[in-house]
Amino acid sequence: MARIDLDNIRHAYMPAPKRDEDFALKRVHHTFDDGGAYALLGPSGCGKTTLLNIMSGLLRPTEGKILFDGRDVTGLSTEERNIAQVFQFPVVYDTMTVYDNLAFPLRNRGVAADEIDRRVTETLAMIGLAERARQKARGLTADDKQKIALGRGLVRSDVSAILFDEPLTVIDPHMKWVLRSQLKELHRRFSFTMVYVTHDQTEALTFADQVVVMNEGEIVQIGTPEELFERPNHTFVGYFIGSPGMNVLPVVLDGAVARIGSHVMTLPGATGPVGAQRTELGIRPEYVRIGREGIPVTVERVEDVGRRKIVHASIDGHPLAAIVPEDEAVPAEPHVRFEPAGINVYADSWRMDLGEAS
Amino acid sequence: MTKTWNNRAWFFVLPVLLLVAFNAIIPLMTVVNYSVQETFGNNLFFFEGTKWYEAVLASERFHGALLRQFMFTGIILLIEVPLGVAIALTMPRSGPWVSVCLVLMALPLLIPWNVVGAMWNIMALPDIGLLGYGLNKLGIPYNFTRQPFSAWFTVVLMDVWHWTSLVVLLAYAGLRSIPEAYYQAAKIDGASRFSVFRFIQLPKMNRVLTIAVLLRFMDSFMIYTEPFVLTGGGPGNSTTFLSIDLVKAALGEFNLGIAAAMSIIYFLMTLLVSWIFYTLMTRGEEQ
Amino acid sequence: MRLSRWLVPTLYIVFLLLPIYWLVNMSFKTTNEILGGFSPWPKNFTIDSYVTILTNPVWYNGYISSISYVLINTVISVSFALPAAYAFSRYRFLGDKHLFFWLLTNRMAPPAVFALPFYQLYSAIGLFDTPWAVALAHCLFNIPLAVWILEGFMSGVPKEIDETAYIDGYSFPRFFVKIFMPLIASGIGVTAFFCFMFSWVELLLAKTLTSVAAKPIAAVMTRTASTSGYELGLLAAAGVLTIIPGAIVIYFVRNYIAKGFALGRV
Repeated sequence: MARIDLDNIRHAYMPAPKRDEDFALKRVHHTFDDGGAYALLGPSGCGKTTLLNIMSGLLRPTEGKILFDGRDVTGLSTEERNIAQVFQFPVVYDTMTVYDNLAFPLRNRGVAADEIDRRVTETLAMIGLAERARQKARGLTADDKQKIALGRGLVRSDVSAILFDEPLTVIDPHMKWVLRSQLKELHRRFSFTMVYVTHDQTEALTFADQVVVMNEGEIVQIGTPEELFERPNHTFVGYFIGSPGMNVLPVVLDGAVARIGSHVMTLPGATGPVGAQRTELGIRPEYVRIGREGIPVTVERVEDVGRRKIVHASIDGHPLAAIVPEDEAVPAEPHVRFEPAGINVYADSWRMDLGEAS
Repeated sequence: MTKTWNNRAWFFVLPVLLLVAFNAIIPLMTVVNYSVQETFGNNLFFFEGTKWYEAVLASERFHGALLRQFMFTGIILLIEVPLGVAIALTMPRSGPWVSVCLVLMALPLLIPWNVVGAMWNIMALPDIGLLGYGLNKLGIPYNFTRQPFSAWFTVVLMDVWHWTSLVVLLAYAGLRSIPEAYYQAAKIDGASRFSVFRFIQLPKMNRVLTIAVLLRFMDSFMIYTEPFVLTGGGPGNSTTFLSIDLVKAALGEFNLGIAAAMSIIYFLMTLLVSWIFYTLMTRGEEQ
Repeated sequence: MRLSRWLVPTLYIVFLLLPIYWLVNMSFKTTNEILGGFSPWPKNFTIDSYVTILTNPVWYNGYISSISYVLINTVISVSFALPAAYAFSRYRFLGDKHLFFWLLTNRMAPPAVFALPFYQLYSAIGLFDTPWAVALAHCLFNIPLAVWILEGFMSGVPKEIDETAYIDGYSFPRFFVKIFMPLIASGIGVTAFFCFMFSWVELLLAKTLTSVAAKPIAAVMTRTASTSGYELGLLAAAGVLTIIPGAIVIYFVRNYIAKGFALGRV
């Protein structure tokens, strides 16, 4: 197990990158603590897999350093770093049995035979493939193959870290849930450092203690699931996490007052002087209250999603979603109010701190 | 893929069936016909039973040709398959030079077979050919029209030159179809270069390699034009393979009965070996 | 490491090019120089051999007949093989496996076995010494090969595509031409390439089935060279000229070679 420091990592797939856009990873500077469970969350093409491959040593970054427990490993091979990685599509050695597949990484490292047998048997029981141990991997389903691939990572109990690259894409929904809980359980028992890449927020939020949200080659926020929900650091995080995502309304700021179109509302705190070109107010649908007072809105559509309703409305043409309990009726002349605790203010997409109201 | 049972699919196969049957069955019937009869010209035929078959199977000449054929096919398979795989493994996986390499490698495959023979004849001439002159200059006595060993060496070298590229191209295509993640996983698992070959590359090349071996077996077993142009089957009979012998008997000596019986035996042998390959191959796929 | 990676393919290509170089070298030498002894390159560079060949109409006709039977064969092989390969890749039917193997056996049949009966067969139906005789005869081994390759490519296309097209109201012929064939376009290209290749290089049957009018180029070459005595320069120049069409075809398919030789499914 190890702490992993990423020291100003930049990476470009082209030979001589000049502009910022040439980089698949613009600049990443972050520490993954020893024994932590992290999720790298972001849309396709945001650079998460690139970052993962840099950590495992499959890619060498264009700039920057990687340190494992303070030791510089930037130039070291994957094998020397002692990392396990599970890929998006199952990679199994077709001609080997399930047992041999799991034993393969241990045999390559010269582990003693009885130790191999002990660990492989244990891991097989963990991933639920014990009774298939002697079967050839070739004929198995995609689910089972991916379990083998997971098993090959888990069997090496001495690794510095285990990296997962969207490992549950091919697994069916029920199995997904089971495997994810097993991974969490393993993490609790052995406290591996785990980094889990995904574009699925539920997966990220249920798996990780710390979620790293990435967009366009940059880390936009690192935090616990609660922090990402309550205090999105960037409007992208607001959109990307939550269902539906955060409402973002263009506003004009004046101290502790925000103007939305012709309407005026008071903020829980005042902003400092704003030099930004674009200022916005973010409010999650969960914090929008519909009632008879506040800012008038037009209701366009009400969506019933089980125990709650999602009200799609608009303020002066700007769309706004609100979540209301199922049994609550929408009044005839609806108005909205924002819970002060849920209000965030953004300048050029980045969050601003609100000071004391003066 | 699960296939549906549909006997109307026969209509799709029918045109192919008729055309190939026209080409295969009528001539084959003719050959069978000749193989059991004796003729003295004037379209007079007498039924002879298995006389020609017995004659062929007992003849030293046939045994010799058969032995040489198996030796030749065995040698070229042993050289071309490993060599082809080795070259495919060392080829870069991408880059501008790959296309150039492949085009140059495919070149021998598209040269008419008698030109291949003529080309190597010119190449191997002991006095003015690059190969012949070079070997003699190095102090190795070489003359493919006089020494059986030199003749064999030249014929084998010519076949390696002519056909190794087919194995390279097939093996290379097989290698290219392996997703990058396999190599990455192997690195993560700490696999050695040999393990990568043994457990990833070889299993993935399995099918194309079977095709390569099957094609090379079939084609080398029926080789005719290239050695005929190069050595004419000589010196003596030392490079007379089955097809050369057969054409000699049929068109040279117009010995119809013998040639026909030989054809049938020859064809059945090719069929048997190919059937073994085919069964092994399809069984491997079903697993 | 980097160097040794390049070393093996490079050495192999050098080995492949040496005999071709030697052929080209010989074709530019005068007869006197050739008979005079070993020389690594032409000292008295001459194109006489090429002039002799290119001013002889027999050559021109040889090219035409070769190209025509190769093209006829390629078109017949691919168009006949398409429906058959579809049947093999999509359906099970009575005797399908035996039929497939029987087709393959014809690819295995040594042409030497068929030379004499083909001569009689095509003489009897009056096609002897026409490009059609050679084109049809070459179907013996090219159709099985075409069915084999195409079946591989077609099996790689999911069956759901067929079903979706029928649901969308396509008739079978329209589906096959408009949707299915474009999907396996590269497979058709590869098949055509293989048919072209095997028909172009085969000579035993082509020579047996022609005498004057439809003589293939490569056979003309041997004859020209032998009727004018054993003139190596002429023979070499003729050889160089027969390599050119193949080289042109390879140039056109250069980008498909690596992918295409996978024969569809691996």
